[in-house]
Order: sequence, then structure tokens, then C-alpha cells
Amino acid sequence: MKEKIRIASGQGFWGDLVDAPYNQVSKGNIDYLVMDYLAEVTMSILQKQKNKNPKFGYARDIPALMKRILPICKEKNIKVITNGGGVNPIDCAEAILESAKECGLKNLKIGVVVGDDINDRIDEIIKAGYELNNMETGESVKTIKDKLLSANVYFGAFPIVEALKKGVDIVITGRTTDTGLTLAPMIYEFNWKQDDYNLLSAGTVAGHILECGAQSTGGNFLGDWELIDNMAEIGFPIAEAFPNGEVIITKHDDTGGKVSFETVAEQLVYEIGDPKSYITPDCIADFSTIKLEDLGNNKVKVFDVKGVKETPTYKVSCSYSDGYSAVGTLAYSWPQALTKAKAADKILRKRLENLNLKFDEINSEYIGYNATQGPLSTKIDEENINEIMLRFAVRSKDFDSVERFGKEIAPLILTGPPSVTGFAGGRPKPSEVVAYWPALIPKTLVKPEIKIYGL
Amino acid sequence: MKIKLREIAHARSGDKGDAGNVGVIAYDDKGYEIIKKYLTAKRVKEHFRGICFGKVDRYELPNLRAINFLLHNTLGGGGTVSLKYDAQGKILASAMLRMEIEI
Repeated sequence: MKEKIRIASGQGFWGDLVDAPYNQVSKGNIDYLVMDYLAEVTMSILQKQKNKNPKFGYARDIPALMKRILPICKEKNIKVITNGGGVNPIDCAEAILESAKECGLKNLKIGVVVGDDINDRIDEIIKAGYELNNMETGESVKTIKDKLLSANVYFGAFPIVEALKKGVDIVITGRTTDTGLTLAPMIYEFNWKQDDYNLLSAGTVAGHILECGAQSTGGNFLGDWELIDNMAEIGFPIAEAFPNGEVIITKHDDTGGKVSFETVAEQLVYEIGDPKSYITPDCIADFSTIKLEDLGNNKVKVFDVKGVKETPTYKVSCSYSDGYSAVGTLAYSWPQALTKAKAADKILRKRLENLNLKFDEINSEYIGYNATQGPLSTKIDEENINEIMLRFAVRSKDFDSVERFGKEIAPLILTGPPSVTGFAGGRPKPSEVVAYWPALIPKTLVKPEIKIYGL
Repeated sequence: MKIKLREIAHARSGDKGDAGNVGVIAYDDKGYEIIKKYLTAKRVKEHFRGICFGKVDRYELPNLRAINFLLHNTLGGGGTVSLKYDAQGKILASAMLRMEIEI
């Protein structure tokens, strides 16, 4: 058994720094590169892409990225684990094999985790007596069945562990928990068992620290952010994991950013609910037990994590089409910038009302005044305000109403308050609203499967 | 004596569906005692009047000198449903730190 392994985070979301994975594999030694690509709405975007072209449906940055990093990974024996397979992990694997051929690799083994996509099984699951009730509202999935865009079960670390046991270089998954990507290599390398709940929780916590990329190494840090060194070349986090569950969070030496008690603590409280009950398919981690020790020199030890047995259900993440929305913006200038923007808002609302359009919601905000702080915004002195941007958003089940709204923004320039500009992007177009439907399903109804592809 | 929350704590926020989460972390033990005492769910709910339209859950993480708040019915429906500029509640953390506490 290895004494320790180094697991590096390469992406915090789909769209994160393009060079981050390359830097992780090239700027120092690591054993695993893990990349989280999937946010809640990402699956529906990928499903739409797959509907248009059955070969799509995965994070299509991956093949080009692999071409850059695979020769290095092969040379240094770095394994790559990612959930960027989205709703089409098999074609993702095929595309990676093509990349591998193009860079002259002779051997490559990819493990693909499938079985998470239950979009085609909804009727069968309802028939079996499980209506995938919305965890927030309690409604049956039947109420939105015709509008479903995607439905995926969150798998945990163990299917990835199964793939690693088959000696693969890369593991591609669909909807796997962000934390499972990091936990899996620890289970595999240190031979942790399914009931080692404290160890599984320790690995889960490490996964939570890594899953948002540089958000644990000084990015988006609300403490002394001005003291974060060299954010331009910020290093992404690395978890040095030990068999006893202790983890040291660090980053490569010649990179910017900072790893401290504060930067790690901020990430630990990010997007959590009840800290005593951080539920994953692998365990229920108790975040209130986490201890941190700042070792200095960009190293923070994470230890003493406790947790308990996992639940008998998987979380299902469904998305469905729920109407349309559009957003228009216009900038108003000094003097009286806010007064003008507010007057424009009033005129626009009156025009929409006169047109008898149907909207579920209209929301206007004033960027430069209250768009981020709402009612907590302080009063402004208009003499000292150079400009205000009116941001006007509508949402409706009725496409035509949203489209018609799009035609009402530009006319405000010639038919409303003065000193207005910033309408260069054309008419706001309706975009589909994708709503999220979280549910639970008994683990017995879904079975992860590993497929192996290779050169 | 009146103190600004941002003098004794930092924070991070994000979205959980239509709920926003705000984790407040004190810079030291003394600061943690203050936030533990004064950052009640009721106080936070009042602070976010007109922003948070649901209940506020409060959870302590003493090892991290932190308190996590879950602000229900806050993000205008969450995800792509929300028409808010800050649909993901990214700014709730800084909005929280505006708070002034009378100690």
C-alpha cells in the first residue's frame, strides 16, 4: 500500500481555467487528476446537445485537453478521473481514444461508469411504485413527465473504484458526485471498506475541498483577499491523502494563491446545509467534526473527520423545461442616472401591460445601485453616480410573450428618458427555462456498470 | 459598542436550489463567541428582510469557528428559473457581512 497519494483538482466547473489541468500534471508530482464538470443544469444542457447529435452530450473540451495532458500522464503514471462524460460517457471515451491515437499513444485503458442515466426508465420506475417525488415540494414526477429533459442518479465513489481495480488509466463517468471523484482513489489505494464510515467521510471532505477548484486556494476568498499572492497564476488544490484518513491540502510550489485555515474553511462551508448530515451515496459525513491545522507554507491538515452509514437511496437529479425567459439591459448616465433608469422601467412595464402579454414574473434591478445587495443597498447620491444599468428580466410559459418583450427594449432609446446607451447586442432572445427536480430512488433500482475501452 | 461583522468574520455563500447558504467564519475564538451569541436565526432573517422570504436554519461548526445559515426561498426559484442577477446567491456572503452588531 502506498504511504500517501496526491490527488489534484483540475476543474471546479465546466468553463473553469483551461490550463489548470495541464498545470496540475506538469508543475509537480501528482498521482491522480480529478475534474468536476457537472453542475445541476449542466446535465440538461448536455442532454439537449445529445438530442441534436447523438455523438455529443459530454464536456467537449475533454478530447483537446486529453491531447495535451495524456502524454504527460502516461509518462508520470497519473490517472485521470472525471464526471465530464455527462449524458454520453461512452462517446466521451471514444473521443479520448482518438486523442490518444493522435498523440501517438499505443496503450490506454479507459473505464466508463454507466447506469446513472434513467431518463428512458421513468415509466418503468413509476410503474415499480416510485414516483420520484420532488424533495422540496413532494409532488410526483408525473406532473412534469412530459417536460423532462434529463434524469440522472448521483453515483458515488465505489463504481469508480471498480473501474480503477480493472487497471484503467482514465475513469469517465456520467452523474457522479463531485466528492466521489476524490474519494475513489483513496478507497482504491488504501483499501478502505464500505463500512469505514469515518475514512469515507474524510475522503468526502477532501472531495468537497477540491470540487470547486481554486475556491479553496485563495480564489473568491472574502477574507483578506488583497493579500492573496499572484492570483493570475493561481494554483489549484491538491489533497495529499494518507491511509488513516488524514489529508493535507496544498498546491504546487511555483503557483499563486494561498492555502490557509481561512481559505480552506471558506470552501468547507460552501453550499452546505446541515453540517452534521452531508449526505453522499458513500456515507453521511459530519462536517462539524472536521479539524483543520494550518501547517504554514500553503499546507493545511484536515483530520478527525467522523461520519456514519450511507442512506438506502440515491439522489436523482432531473431537469425539465419550464417556459422561457429573457433579459434586457440599458445603461443610463449622469445626471439623475437612477431616476432615469427607474422612469424607463415604469414606461416599459406600462407598455408590456398595454400589450396584454402574459408573464409569470417580471424583475427589474439597477446595476450600480441594488442588483447584488437588494434592500440592503445604501441610498445613493445621484450627483456622485456616473451610470446605472437597468436590468429587466421576464419569465413566462408563453414563448410569444417573451419574444414580444424582446422587441420593447431597443425602442426605449428613442422613446424614453435621455442619456441612454448600451444596446448593441440585438433584441433579447427567449431562452428555455430549465427547472430542477431533485428526488430520491432506492439504490436497489439502479445498478452502476463499468465498461472498458482501450487501445 | 457597535461592531461591523466584517471586522471579525469572513464568509462564503452559494445556492442550494431556491435556498441560499451563507457560512460565516470568525477570524478568532473571541470573534466566534460573538457570532455564536449575536448571529441568531432571527437576527439573520431580519437582516435579509426583502431578500429571504422563507425560514432561516442555523448550524454551528465550532471547530471551524463558523456558523452556517440556510436562507430558504431566497433565490427567486433558483437555477435558470431565477430572474435575479445574482441567481446563485454568490453575493449573499458580502451582504451578510454588512451587518452591524451591538455588543
